[in-house]
Amino acid sequence: MAAKTLYDKLWDAHLVQQRDDGSALIYIDRHIVHEVTSPQAFEGLRLAGRKPWRVDSVLATPDHNVPTTVTERASGISGIEDPVSLIQVQTLDDNCDEFGIVEYKINDRRQGIVHVIGPESGACLPGMTIVCGDSHTATNGALGALAHGIGTSEVEHVLATQTLVAKKMNNMLIRVDGELVEGVTPKDVVLAIIAKIGTAGGTGYAVEFGGDVFRAMSMEGRMTVCNMAIEAGARAGMVAVDDITIDYVKGRAYAPTGEVWERAVEAWRDLKSDDGAQFDEVVVLNGADIMPQVSWGTSPEMVVGVHDNVPDPAQEPDAVKRDGMLRALEYMGLNAGQPIADIKLDRVFIGSCTNSRIEDIRAAAEVVKGRKKADSVKQAMVVPGSGLVKAQAEAEGLDKIFVAAGFEWREPGCSMCLAMNADKLGAGEHCASTSNRNFEGRQGYGGRTHLVSPAMAAAAGVAGHFVDVREFVRT
Amino acid sequence: MKPFTKVTGIVAPMDRANVDTDMIIPKQFLKSIKRTGFGKNLFDELRYLDVGQPDQECTGRPLNQDFPLNQARFQGAEILLTRKNFGCGSSREHAPWALDDYGFRCVIAPSFADIFYNNCFKNGLLPLVLSEAVVEQLFQQMYQTDGYQLTVDLQNQQVITPAGEVFDFEVDEFRRHCLLNGLDDIGLTLEQADAIKAYEAKRRENAPWLFDAVKN
Repeated sequence: MAAKTLYDKLWDAHLVQQRDDGSALIYIDRHIVHEVTSPQAFEGLRLAGRKPWRVDSVLATPDHNVPTTVTERASGISGIEDPVSLIQVQTLDDNCDEFGIVEYKINDRRQGIVHVIGPESGACLPGMTIVCGDSHTATNGALGALAHGIGTSEVEHVLATQTLVAKKMNNMLIRVDGELVEGVTPKDVVLAIIAKIGTAGGTGYAVEFGGDVFRAMSMEGRMTVCNMAIEAGARAGMVAVDDITIDYVKGRAYAPTGEVWERAVEAWRDLKSDDGAQFDEVVVLNGADIMPQVSWGTSPEMVVGVHDNVPDPAQEPDAVKRDGMLRALEYMGLNAGQPIADIKLDRVFIGSCTNSRIEDIRAAAEVVKGRKKADSVKQAMVVPGSGLVKAQAEAEGLDKIFVAAGFEWREPGCSMCLAMNADKLGAGEHCASTSNRNFEGRQGYGGRTHLVSPAMAAAAGVAGHFVDVREFVRT
Repeated sequence: MKPFTKVTGIVAPMDRANVDTDMIIPKQFLKSIKRTGFGKNLFDELRYLDVGQPDQECTGRPLNQDFPLNQARFQGAEILLTRKNFGCGSSREHAPWALDDYGFRCVIAPSFADIFYNNCFKNGLLPLVLSEAVVEQLFQQMYQTDGYQLTVDLQNQQVITPAGEVFDFEVDEFRRHCLLNGLDDIGLTLEQADAIKAYEAKRRENAPWLFDAVKN
């Protein structure tokens, strides 16, 4: 039998029907639903008189619109001050109640960002196909699963049929060899990857992240990397199953137990690319070359090391790219050649489906401990990814570290990653953000986002400008 | 879904690469629970000089006159001409909904982001790939000609310029079939319900841990 990649195996295991024209019907094991991309899908079901195919495959939670201040959250759904947001969250509740779907409602302690609660609850497991009406669904690929975002029409399609019409993607391996330098994090790794291959580099591919760096990386770190596969254009990113995966899954609320657990683990052990499996494209980075990264522009590929300068468009030979760089510099209010360390911050955001898990919160707290937010920074907020992450952090006393340093400790949600709730940037404000997108207006109209790791964001919040966190913690 | 067969329409430019879905439809408008009404907020941050709010009447808002869609010559445009990696970013189907609601039937670019590309076909909107060189050529012609129109013929997979030049394009056979006939995916898939049930029964036997774990 021909050697298969991890993606080949996941695809083959879920193939319901292959069609002559190359398209196929793929079975979906897990469907995660949130309030923004589902209302029209449920409405479509109702209009057609259809019911969800398999209710136990669906798990829902509101995350994009939920407020993150303690006061707004105290009164549950009625505490949402924005009436339009309230309707959307209420609609999710109503739809889940009507169709019998399990939903972690706004103040359920298990509520959180969809891509945090999936793995955390054990609803997302190795070997699954996992979809959600959200492009960062690739996060779950860290479990050795085929996970990707879908549009609302496909949300309705999966609800109604438990399948997707799909076409097999090409295989890409992104290998990061060797070891990371101390203080360099998974976020820096994925930003360096995007800088190398570009925001369309992975278009049409399912990406497997391999090599020593990923074998040594924690599950939460792997999630951070897979999360941003879409920022490199790839719908799906994934990492092979190993002991780290199995240890992570064991004991989760929805994970199997007993004899079924043993059977599952045996099956999961095969979730890796075979020796000699063929990839259509292989990209190799050297772990030791990766420095802490900072994005300077309005696309996630516009990234440099913290010691670098803002690049000069005049050096860019490609006219379309040069045009994009010039526009980005103007929007960001930066000059070519300006040192990254000179960029002053107005706000700091630590959170999002990329970086809001307990390891992220711990990394930020370690930097902040015993220090104070710079006076010039108007606001630094820490938004845990779920109620369970929040509870864990509080059990470790991390919330107190942040509050003592002048950082805000918030309730879980997507928050300022996309500013659908009240948390947003003002025009012209620079933000050190652990989120995933630095598009124009993403974090608020006219807001200027710099993508960084949690440790780098925390250090910037204390210093008031970007610093190399590795040097910073030594001072 | 409305069928797409052949469209002859005015071409409007979005002359930049990597147009992301936040740019196509900013997040504040995603709070709607409807599929319609997004057209007035298409490219909101580029089109207007103020910050748009959901449910806001847009007729009195200050317009950015430099933005092509606000210029007389591009009124009524049905074809959007743009650069590579159009539709990158989020999976929000509100992006094709906004383009469709505005009146666009087709977007021509050298490449598209995967999820956006897929979402277009569910909404009767044709994302059409032509080479970078051809797209550049169409941009030149469009800038030089007021009221520049193209004909997009999905049946024959051809783009035809006013001068009669013909450019062939590729599109998946299944997607083309659905678009030409305005077919609803879900109805088609449900015709295969027996195959899905058979697969499911086998899966339940081989991997029981995937079933019935999440329940109220």
